[in-house]
Amino acid sequence: MRRRRSFAPLRRSPAANPRSVRAGLPGVYNPPVRAALFVTCLTDTFFPRAGEAVVRVLRHFGCAVEFPPAQTCCGQPAYNSGFHRAARDVAAHWVEVFDPYECVVTPSASCAAMISRHTPELLADDPALKRAAERLAERTYEFSVFLRDRLLVDTAALLRIAEPFTVHYPCHARGVYSVGELCASLPGEGPNGLRLPRHTDLCCGFGGMFAIDQPQISGAMAGDKLDELAATRAELVVCNEAGCTLNLMGSANRRGMCLRFRHVAELLAESLGLLEPAP
Amino acid sequence: MSTPTGFKQRVADAISDARLVRAVHLATLHKVESREASFLAMRDPEAIRDAAAQIKRRTLRNLPRYLEQFAESVARRGGQVHFAPDAAAARRIVCEIARASGAKLAVKSKSMATEEIELNPALEAAGLRIVETDLGEFIVQIDRDRPSHIVTPIIHKTRQQVAAAMVRAIGCEYTDDPARLTQIARAYLRDVFQRCELGITGVNFGVAETGTLCICTNEGNGRMTVTRPRVHIALMGIEKLVPRLRDLAPMLKLLSRSSTGQPMTVYTTLITGPRAANEPDGPRELHVVLLDNGRSRLLGGDYESVLSCIRCGACLNACPVYRNIGGHAYASVYPGPIGSLVTPLLAGLHRNADLPRASSLCGACQAACPVKIDIPGLLVKLRRDSAAAQPLSKRAAIALWAWLMTSPARYEAAQGLLPLLLRGDADGWIHAAPGPAAAWTHSRDLPAPPRETFRSLWRSRLQDGA
Repeated sequence: MRRRRSFAPLRRSPAANPRSVRAGLPGVYNPPVRAALFVTCLTDTFFPRAGEAVVRVLRHFGCAVEFPPAQTCCGQPAYNSGFHRAARDVAAHWVEVFDPYECVVTPSASCAAMISRHTPELLADDPALKRAAERLAERTYEFSVFLRDRLLVDTAALLRIAEPFTVHYPCHARGVYSVGELCASLPGEGPNGLRLPRHTDLCCGFGGMFAIDQPQISGAMAGDKLDELAATRAELVVCNEAGCTLNLMGSANRRGMCLRFRHVAELLAESLGLLEPAP
Repeated sequence: MSTPTGFKQRVADAISDARLVRAVHLATLHKVESREASFLAMRDPEAIRDAAAQIKRRTLRNLPRYLEQFAESVARRGGQVHFAPDAAAARRIVCEIARASGAKLAVKSKSMATEEIELNPALEAAGLRIVETDLGEFIVQIDRDRPSHIVTPIIHKTRQQVAAAMVRAIGCEYTDDPARLTQIARAYLRDVFQRCELGITGVNFGVAETGTLCICTNEGNGRMTVTRPRVHIALMGIEKLVPRLRDLAPMLKLLSRSSTGQPMTVYTTLITGPRAANEPDGPRELHVVLLDNGRSRLLGGDYESVLSCIRCGACLNACPVYRNIGGHAYASVYPGPIGSLVTPLLAGLHRNADLPRASSLCGACQAACPVKIDIPGLLVKLRRDSAAAQPLSKRAAIALWAWLMTSPARYEAAQGLLPLLLRGDADGWIHAAPGPAAAWTHSRDLPAPPRETFRSLWRSRLQDGA
């Protein structure tokens, strides 16, 4: 699959020094980058703490964070289930809301993929909107990709995780970041570090409307995924996708498994002292 | 064919069959690991996948020309070419050739195309005895079962079930030792091969420039089927062509690696024409039946690339849905991700509208596909094409959802209602949600939505940079 984009940094000064960024010092180069947060409907509704962590981390690294208040959803649930008329209307609303902003950051890779791959094609009936969507596709970033590529932050060096942890790769991140890139954004393997499951990229069975359309299959898939996560004997799971988290934490709770799921933004905010550790 | 309740019921039956689920998990995960290992050992597999995909796409763009060339090449070498627009025509042609040959006993090597046209019952009705010679298909036949995988047809069976079927059908002594069972089947089939007069095969690849048929098997039965009998009938989907002999190289490099992780199938048979005057063996007559059966309709449209499929089965093995429900739940000759495309496209979308929806679109199939078919993308297109025929309740729910999502005020009002509609128990979880959310809590809990959404948090604490 093609890498999503290569781009010229908009406001990176030639004097930018990644080493000082790596040390966690905020605002070393030409701040601020103005970033509009697309928090996504699921994070907004179910995981406000992950949204807060994104805001605090971006500000820590010198971004001016804006939250366009009219935002709702990117339209992905309807797109994936084939209701493209409904998806088109929601995508059009999304484009109108975010069009004025310089760049968009979202904690969800699947929403970022929706925006970069499908939103322009959905708006083919309106050339002006389609062009706006294409321009937005070029400046919409998933959170960890934004940190790495725009802010030159090495999250692996900054994260302080005091217990063994494992990771779930969200399938719909294909084309946004790879399994290897996800692992590279985290502290390395070790008894008190990352413990990879047998198949990091095994689907958790969420799949948006699929979870409701086919609850039995979805449930069986969640069981497979949880078995692999549990086999690592880590209780903390890094999961950067609200849909997967909702599915996995709910399935784990149903099975009485003690697994905790965190977005990397939350762990990063905790590591940098920007958020109190979660209860 | 699958109806909504039919599919859900078959899924429920499959998932509750612990033995089936375990057998399919073990076999598919093993195959996934074998495939990955064999690709790791390959030099530049991506370049070979790209080359193979290009060959297939190019062939499909010019299919009529290549079909014509292929038919001429086969005829030049003394073979006879028949064109079957649909399954009924294909059955009629094969039965007619069989009748004319006077054969009473026919052997068949593994062929999904013959399953697609339901050839065996037609031949039996015409008075022929037909024996499957691929071990898996042989067991399917004697157990009156159906294949549940396009490469490993009895992936759903345990060896104890195989042993019981063998005892029932050929009266051997019970053993569930796979090697012993294979020996028994081999001895049985050897006798059949001695007496058969007609051999029927599928075709893995047909070469347009030479009229060569390429047949890949692991058991040698394919080669026996095309050398021993007097008459050979090859049933071939029209999409199986490659332009040149050299195009077989990338295809053969990919086919068995993707299927089973083998660098090559044990037997790779290339047949060009019937027995020539100076050749000691081979059939006297070679008939190639070209099967359309809905394929040419796909040319030039959204779904043309589906015809690139080389039927390796890698997407079935990689699919976490297939792994949990097995092949029979799909109720189609071609199960798994590729089947969820092929079956609706060839047999009718509206009768099979459940199949494209039975996927989380995780993309494991696309990642495994040797010819890089965008299976998830095409599944979404089929969902689009069948959206208008979805139940009214679902279409209404989507319309309501879109109405809510196109206005921030309505969105926020819905968000405010959510904690009232979805109340958590004392532990903060919803264990049995009402209405449409009940499907969610079928197999999992739902955390009670927090009272404070992100946007209220933003307004109260984050907006001013606190």
